[in-house]
Amino acid sequence: MADATKQAEQAGQAGAPGQREPILQVRNLVKHFPLTQGLLFKKQVGAVKAVDGISFDLYQGETLGIVGESGCGKSTVAKLLMTLETATSGEVFYKGQDITKLSGRALKAVRRNIQMVFQDPYTSLNPRMTVGDIIGEPFEIHPEVAPKGDRRKRVQELLDVVGLNPEYVNRYPHQFSGGQRQRIGIARGLALNPEIIICDEPVSALDVSVQAQVINLMERLQDEFNLSYLFIAHDLSIVRHISDRVGVMYLGKMAEIGTDTQIYDYPTHPYTQALLSAVPVPDPEAREGRERIILTGDVPSPANPPSGCRFRTRCWKAEDKCAEEMPLLAVPSLYEGEDTPAAHESACHFAEVKQVVGAA
Amino acid sequence: MTQQYEKAAAAVPLLDVRDLHVEFRTRDGVAKAVNGVSYSVRAGETLAVLGESGSGKSVTAQAVMGILDSPPGRITGGEVLFRGQDLLTMGAEARRRIRGAKLSMIFQDALSALNPVMSVGAQLGEMFSVHDGMTRKDSRDKAVQLMERVRIPAAAERAGDYPHQFSGGMRQRIMIAMALALEPDLVIADEPTTALDVTVQAQIMDLLAELQREYNMGLILITHDLGVVADVADRIAVMYAGRIVETASVHELYAAPAHPYTVGLLGSIPRLDHKGKELYAIKGLPPSLTDIPAGCPFNPRCPRAQAICRTDRPPLFDVAPGRASACHFWKETLDDAG
Repeated sequence: MADATKQAEQAGQAGAPGQREPILQVRNLVKHFPLTQGLLFKKQVGAVKAVDGISFDLYQGETLGIVGESGCGKSTVAKLLMTLETATSGEVFYKGQDITKLSGRALKAVRRNIQMVFQDPYTSLNPRMTVGDIIGEPFEIHPEVAPKGDRRKRVQELLDVVGLNPEYVNRYPHQFSGGQRQRIGIARGLALNPEIIICDEPVSALDVSVQAQVINLMERLQDEFNLSYLFIAHDLSIVRHISDRVGVMYLGKMAEIGTDTQIYDYPTHPYTQALLSAVPVPDPEAREGRERIILTGDVPSPANPPSGCRFRTRCWKAEDKCAEEMPLLAVPSLYEGEDTPAAHESACHFAEVKQVVGAA
Repeated sequence: MTQQYEKAAAAVPLLDVRDLHVEFRTRDGVAKAVNGVSYSVRAGETLAVLGESGSGKSVTAQAVMGILDSPPGRITGGEVLFRGQDLLTMGAEARRRIRGAKLSMIFQDALSALNPVMSVGAQLGEMFSVHDGMTRKDSRDKAVQLMERVRIPAAAERAGDYPHQFSGGMRQRIMIAMALALEPDLVIADEPTTALDVTVQAQIMDLLAELQREYNMGLILITHDLGVVADVADRIAVMYAGRIVETASVHELYAAPAHPYTVGLLGSIPRLDHKGKELYAIKGLPPSLTDIPAGCPFNPRCPRAQAICRTDRPPLFDVAPGRASACHFWKETLDDAG
């Protein structure tokens, strides 16, 4: 039954995303980290533009994948949404309330509903705390969720939910494998019954066979608790598997955003096309036939990004216009008003569909 | 592809590892990291050694290179024949001359593999001054040529830079330059692109393949990435708990795996080209190397396990010419896959 609702939601959303109320709305989010010079009289000499004007919506019960290479700002987005970093400008609306302006009790209440699962299951769990204490710690901060006498029982329920033996409450993190630790991290994320879980590379430290277990678990939990996931990862295959919609980031900007079919089968931004074509596909028969777009050079420094379109220095389509004018994230004029999967938002002056991932 | 095969088959193997055993003494007992691994590589051929962490894929490579940490590591049996000579019984000096010149290695983490207090030009040049006795000036020129060869922009100016001044992709190029400096016959690449972004990974794998063709090198690619393997390898050896559980040509293996572990691995990776349903997850965890299960080491996680799997350790059965599987039920596995 849970499956059916999810499918219905997905279908509805692919058709007209405007009809449903988003649970999280991000508008023009900016985070600049100042670069300073001098010891005593620090003066700002520039800024690392980690996130430079990002907007997207997250709907109830959906998974929005965010992909991009290292340094594109995807992890900074996660920290901003958790209000672990203060945004330089921009807004994040949670149910209509701008959380970047909140503090104290109001912020605490919002944070209960937005939880996080971290990448590294080895460093994100305190080695001196038992598993029971780690998972139960959120209850210390939000005692209203579980009264004191109930906590141990609640922790054991959570362990059971994530597929660990409830008798392990008194063990320490080092007694668990990487995959089991990530389950502990997920149980901690679930403790306060949040609505949104922000997952920053939750499976990239795990071996393939264990990775599949954790992904299946996350999908099951999403159906069971109607969670919204913001799933940040660099592995494009995993993101396609788990996401309903996908956003591609490059140097602090959103390059392209759409449903998984729109992005993977009908990419219109050259960066998305290059990124997808570079992913090795586990099929040796496909290796001769596949077209590969090999980009030259490295990602430019976010402290000194190129003018105009940020991707122009590595783009094979770049023209003078790209250096002068920053392309806006919008449905390309080529496909405007048309009923085609190509009609989704893309930040390129010359956006055009190019299929790079074998025919779907 | 077939042409390449015939060519490779005609040649004598460059490297022939036979029944290699490696143990580590740990506080929890003896960890049997490598338990009778045999593989061979020919000139111009790429062998992918695939496995998860703890499968023994890197330890095997370290034993071949002679860079195993010992103690606690110890080679307890087997032979490593390089062009017919056993490296394990060779003197340290003779072995040092082969290492670097004939046999070299590319590591995963270039930042920790390169010397941080030596400029990259000096590190590359050292290869020539130590092995070929070149003068400082000549070796420096060679170093710049090498950097150009691996397409580092403005190589002459950058030769004086230190490793931390390069990006991850550029550092990996320097590692490759260093490994290929003396035009070795065989290169072992241990997860060469795991720490890199996909677009950079594609550049590096391209470069490696190009250089391999040019020098007709043998390449052992150690990886856990089934996508990379499908892209570049000729043959695959799948390792589990210190053993090879299946070897086959890359085409045969992906078309129809003959070991349940390989079936599980292939089923557990999400695909880029279609969305797919729930992933197939191999249940449980890889075994502890201090306590490897009796019989087939994969039996506690195997959907096909029978009584015989818990008592009798399966040898590598010949499945087809050049293809083997260490499963009592390889026939059934293959039938189901095909």
